Amino acid sequence: MLDRPVIMVTGASSGIGRDLAEHYARAKYQVVGCSRRAVTDVAGEYRHFQLDVTDEGAVKAMFSAVRKDYGRLDALLNNAGIASMNHVLTTPLSTVLDVLRTNVLGTFLFCREAAKLMRTRKHGRIVNFASVAVPLKLEGEAIYAASKAAVISLTEVLSRELADFGVTVNAIGPTPIRTALIAGVAEEKLNNLVARQAIRRFGEYRDVTNVTDFFLRPESDFVTGQILYLGGV
Amino acid sequence: MTKDTDRITDLIWDAIEEVNALLPEDARIARREDAVLLGAAGGLDSFGLVNLVVALEQRIEDEFGVTLTLADEKAMSHRRSPFRSVQTLREYVAELLKQTSHA
Repeated sequence: MLDRPVIMVTGASSGIGRDLAEHYARAKYQVVGCSRRAVTDVAGEYRHFQLDVTDEGAVKAMFSAVRKDYGRLDALLNNAGIASMNHVLTTPLSTVLDVLRTNVLGTFLFCREAAKLMRTRKHGRIVNFASVAVPLKLEGEAIYAASKAAVISLTEVLSRELADFGVTVNAIGPTPIRTALIAGVAEEKLNNLVARQAIRRFGEYRDVTNVTDFFLRPESDFVTGQILYLGGV
Repeated sequence: MTKDTDRITDLIWDAIEEVNALLPEDARIARREDAVLLGAAGGLDSFGLVNLVVALEQRIEDEFGVTLTLADEKAMSHRRSPFRSVQTLREYVAELLKQTSHA
């Protein structure tokens, strides 16, 4: 068992999650990642669990393995999420359920199980993933925005419930970053969205790790319940 | 007491020890069968209770290989809470384990 901090990244197979896993593996963390797809090629101290973040049994088994094999969990980056761009009148209920299950239920489940592990050392950092879709009230993203509004609410309430346990809970609200999540969105729509930011450019992975690094710093133990939007939204 | 009952009792004391270590001295639970865990006459606050529930769930998982939810709404709404004392908690865990083995 290495005496290095353990960080968990959900949705680690691609996009922001993959970058976070690689970033913290390079930073000498022991990284535990999970996603529905297998991941085998992250350099450094990386272990992958292939699971659906809404499968309570599989998630609990993963946390049980982390508790037994690492004996600690220092940070959770609750990145896993799905999006759906559709007008409300043409959004099937099955899509609504999928988005809410992954983004809300998954986030809740990981927060709950992570806090159980973090409480014994009275130390932990949870970073959830909100979105600029909430403050910008993006048309065509009603369910995605609603799911992220729920994540924001969870973050704010859990920050209070978990403060006595030494666990901070914050969220980052990324702007569009060129990942698979927005691959199906028309370029014009994306450009219109970027135009509503104070700083008008697409986000990059380093913008996200800059914020997660900040939330993870030991000196950030007085920072909780905060939602930090990128790009000046 | 049966062997399982002894094992459950040990797990409860072990969990209480972990929780006590997190609490100030005057808020700790005494090592007595009838020690009040939860009630008007003293016992744990919500921070202590949540810690006890999670600590015990983890030990039950390690010892018996089953995942129990000790503090669901039903348990918390019991007029006579299973978390009143070590004795009532042991009986409650034994009952849940029995239900799990019959499931």
